[in-house]
Amino acid sequence: MCLAVPGKILEAEERDGNRIAKVQFGGITRETLLNFVPEAQVGDYVIVHVGFAISRVDEEEARKTYEALESLGLLEGEPGADL
Amino acid sequence: MKYIDEYRDEQIVRALADRIARRVTRSWSLMEICGGQTHTIMRYGLDELLPETVRLVHGPGCPVCVTPLEVVDKAIAIASTPDVTFASYGDMLRVPGSRSDLFRVKAAGGDVRIVYSPMEALKLARALPQRRVVFFAIGFETTAPPNAMAVWEARRLGLTNFSMLVSHVLVPPALHLLMNSPDTQVQGLIAPGHVCTVVGYRPYEELCRDHGVPVVVGGFEPADLMEAVLMLVAQLEEGRCAVENQYSRSVSREGNLPAQRIVEQVFEVCDRKWRGIGGIPRSGLALRPEFADYDAERVFPVAGVTAEEPPECISALVLQGLKRPTDCPVFGARCTPENPMGAPMVSAEGACAAYYRYRRIAC
Repeated sequence: MCLAVPGKILEAEERDGNRIAKVQFGGITRETLLNFVPEAQVGDYVIVHVGFAISRVDEEEARKTYEALESLGLLEGEPGADL
Repeated sequence: MKYIDEYRDEQIVRALADRIARRVTRSWSLMEICGGQTHTIMRYGLDELLPETVRLVHGPGCPVCVTPLEVVDKAIAIASTPDVTFASYGDMLRVPGSRSDLFRVKAAGGDVRIVYSPMEALKLARALPQRRVVFFAIGFETTAPPNAMAVWEARRLGLTNFSMLVSHVLVPPALHLLMNSPDTQVQGLIAPGHVCTVVGYRPYEELCRDHGVPVVVGGFEPADLMEAVLMLVAQLEEGRCAVENQYSRSVSREGNLPAQRIVEQVFEVCDRKWRGIGGIPRSGLALRPEFADYDAERVFPVAGVTAEEPPECISALVLQGLKRPTDCPVFGARCTPENPMGAPMVSAEGACAAYYRYRRIAC
């Protein structure tokens, strides 16, 4: 139920008092309400749950997390590497 | 897909497992709270990558599983009403009520529709003015803002044929109850990343302080969960107890304020019964009195519906992390996803369904 997935905002418009975006998830796109992420812009990634974006992915935090994980993976891959 | 594939990298996941194994000097029991996390763990066999000393206990974070039997019976009663179009997330359709389920109502000619979003239910109400459209609003804090928004929009649009059967629950009260239980073996908590995306991780600071239990907010991909385990193990081994945030790409301490605001405007905290666990004070959300016209329990005469849970199903103990699905005598035999006795065997987030789907166990 709390399943939520990241997708990329392709376009956004005001319609009927709501901000509605076309969000791409892999090969498919879905209409997504941006009411809870007023700061999100076209090109941003948002985490989408039951048709609503519930957060804008923080690219800086994502980069830090991933770089830490990636360096761990690379280091562990080397025999005898001591962490 | 960006923000998914990189967190499924096998080399990274294995490196994290090695690191956990080197960090551990004794046994630890950790609970992942969210059923979505349970499914990731089972799907990728993460528990089998961990050293035997690190045990993952599955938590109550499956809204379908904790929706009380009597609410399912109310849903069935409402959905069986001739002029009703009943809209629900797909998982709820197969959850057994006392005598039937929503699929059987549909098979018998009831207008039961599967929707992906509460806004689809709202669209149905606009498109079918002669029908009374009822949406089955279940879920945790993550789902509350979208459901609140649907009610808010219904009022704004002046819809008089839309209502919700609300069975919303809140995570922290259930965790306080679990951590207070003398039977609990849980020493560290992986907090639910999408619940915290909405409410922030601040509510988990109280939990951490009150029970002396380390908390790490975790994401949903394999590398997210392994990193969360590593962070928890590090805290436990070092004798620290804090709230840390592994899922920082989506979660902040304060959470999503616009989402919290709509929930406060539409819902109020109430006492709520959890299937298998019982009543928990202030553990749910109900519509505020000013939205009573949208409350299906007021619109339809279902106040008297009550139900007793079947004695055979051990879902209560599974939901509290006290038993594993495979400890159940009917697991995989008389209880399967095709013919479930309890909700954890139905839901895409239920622990029993996860074990059944991803474990090859001779039954």
